[in-house]
Amino acid sequence: MARLLIDEEACTGCGACVEECPFGALEMKGDMVMVNEKCTFCGACIDVCPVEALSLEKEAKEAEGIDISEYKDVWVFIEHKGEKIANVSLELLGEGKKLANALGCKLCGMLMGDGVDHCAQEAIKYGADMVYLTESPVLNEYRTDSYAAGAVLLIKKYKPDIVIFGATTQGRDFAGTVATTIYTGLTADCTGLDIDSETKLLKQTRPAFGGNIMATILCQKRRPQMATVRPKVFAMPERDDSRTGEIVREQLPMSEDQVRTKILDFSQVAETVNLVDAEIIVSGGRGLGGPENFAVIRELANVLGGAVGASRAAVDAGWMPYEHQVGQTGRTVRPKIYIACGISGAIQHQAGMKTSDIIVAINKDPEAPIFKIATYGIVADLFQAVPMLIQEFKKRLGK
Amino acid sequence: MKIVVCIKQVPDTTDVRIDPETRTLVREGVESITNPFDEYAVEEALLIKEKYGGEVHVITMGPPQAIEVLKNALAVGADHVYLLSDKAFAGSDTWATAYTLAHAVEKIGHVDLVICGKQAIDGDTAQVGPGVATQLSIPQLTYVSKVREANLENKRIVVERMLEDGKEIAESSLPALITVVKDINEPRLPSLLGIKKAAKAEIPTLTASDLAVDKSKCGLEGSPTEVVRVFTPEPRGDGEVLKGELNETIPLLAEKLMEAKVIK
Repeated sequence: MARLLIDEEACTGCGACVEECPFGALEMKGDMVMVNEKCTFCGACIDVCPVEALSLEKEAKEAEGIDISEYKDVWVFIEHKGEKIANVSLELLGEGKKLANALGCKLCGMLMGDGVDHCAQEAIKYGADMVYLTESPVLNEYRTDSYAAGAVLLIKKYKPDIVIFGATTQGRDFAGTVATTIYTGLTADCTGLDIDSETKLLKQTRPAFGGNIMATILCQKRRPQMATVRPKVFAMPERDDSRTGEIVREQLPMSEDQVRTKILDFSQVAETVNLVDAEIIVSGGRGLGGPENFAVIRELANVLGGAVGASRAAVDAGWMPYEHQVGQTGRTVRPKIYIACGISGAIQHQAGMKTSDIIVAINKDPEAPIFKIATYGIVADLFQAVPMLIQEFKKRLGK
Repeated sequence: MKIVVCIKQVPDTTDVRIDPETRTLVREGVESITNPFDEYAVEEALLIKEKYGGEVHVITMGPPQAIEVLKNALAVGADHVYLLSDKAFAGSDTWATAYTLAHAVEKIGHVDLVICGKQAIDGDTAQVGPGVATQLSIPQLTYVSKVREANLENKRIVVERMLEDGKEIAESSLPALITVVKDINEPRLPSLLGIKKAAKAEIPTLTASDLAVDKSKCGLEGSPTEVVRVFTPEPRGDGEVLKGELNETIPLLAEKLMEAKVIK
């Protein structure tokens, strides 16, 4: 079992580590620092200690018969809805290419479905050197059982070094199952992926505590190294129609009655653009004062071709359905432009939107926390400012 | 219907702030709370019990002070609660956490339904629910916004799932695991009697040997991933508040937004 060791001789009781600890696991007892049971052995304290009094004792992990050298290539899970590949999968092909180049290996698509050769070809045009495809009628639509079985079959047979998934509801549902079955590491919602130039390990960086801290995570002893990445974190690569590549096919020996979940029905959301894919989001909060006033938010969103979001306050008041909630207990979004109208910007709201490229805040309270993270702020009554903004854009866009 | 709810104690991120000088997390006065999504999970278990009969067991893995969240669960009406606590569990990643929680579900035995919140607000991974289902070899239905039916006679559960682009109606056989989103219910407040009962309750602790786990698969040792570096993110560059009358600032704002080349 791991332990954080404190060299009592060396410790000067300066307290630098107490401040650094993200988990509140270090406390001063007299002029000595003590570690409590909240310690997660993250090692954040070790680097800040000016006298090197802290160290981590780790028991050597048994390799358990895994020969890491057998694992090669970077795989991207190709999520699709029959016709079209999800944008996040294309973005990951772009990023996966960089990882494959750094490792000097191939970039491969991992595809599950029934009659989805066009998706395989599309993945190749967006950068995959080859595509591993599991085909079966039970893979016609996404269900955890059949997709996980298909992926586990491919991963066990072809042994990829790295597999990355979009952090969509499907990707998160799926990747967690695959990683548990294979017994390998999975890092959620990475915002940075890099290859360590010395060890060739995948450095996976992700936010935690609502984006207040960042952590870099490794999976040293098990393979594949798996990560999920949210939509829009990485740029969309260029499509190249001249690219060709091999498709490796596997059949899934699974019958429909072995799939324990069934999809009975699906209904599209009422608003045309979904928040996660939207490039532009216009959100309203408590400052709207009532449900009828969301009309002005909708109109601005319409003019800009964006989606409508809402703060928790607006959703809890019943002004907007929960599907529109942005924030910690709602959706996490990452549009190019996020326009917050009448939203004060509590930390929970920020957790869901602060990685947006451009944040605009329109609020009459100059002290509202939203202005601290806004790219552009306007201190004004939204009922004056937003209609003017609508007119301005209508004029510019000729609408 | 025998239901197990997995809950987690998390720091209340409302209180989490960054010290502007040192750019580190300020932990002083940060309260620990039940992960908000887990409150919906507990409430849903209570609603299902009220409708179909049965018992609600609530488990959490954590240090001894995590019994606070179990007391809250008792106060709102959970029948049994258990703390999973052992030095061997410390430093668990999502794989090792799911492994340990699944052993506790097995120890409780003959469970029909496991309910988790969709994710915890400190780690935000949403991986433990699917991990527990996989460890238990039971089907999972994630992001559930409504339980339409949970029928023990034909061993069937029908739910609504909240996906990015709409609502899916799905069913699975029981036993199963579901993870729930906020919209599913309105958690009740504890009754005075409940609070009194919870305050007096002796909360059983289950250790690694009680759960008969393989210690090499628990805690830091059993975790495939390890955190090698923790740092505070670069703050967003200082924003710009556009000053002046609206008839000047609005065209200026529009101009700046047009420059991003996403408005067409």
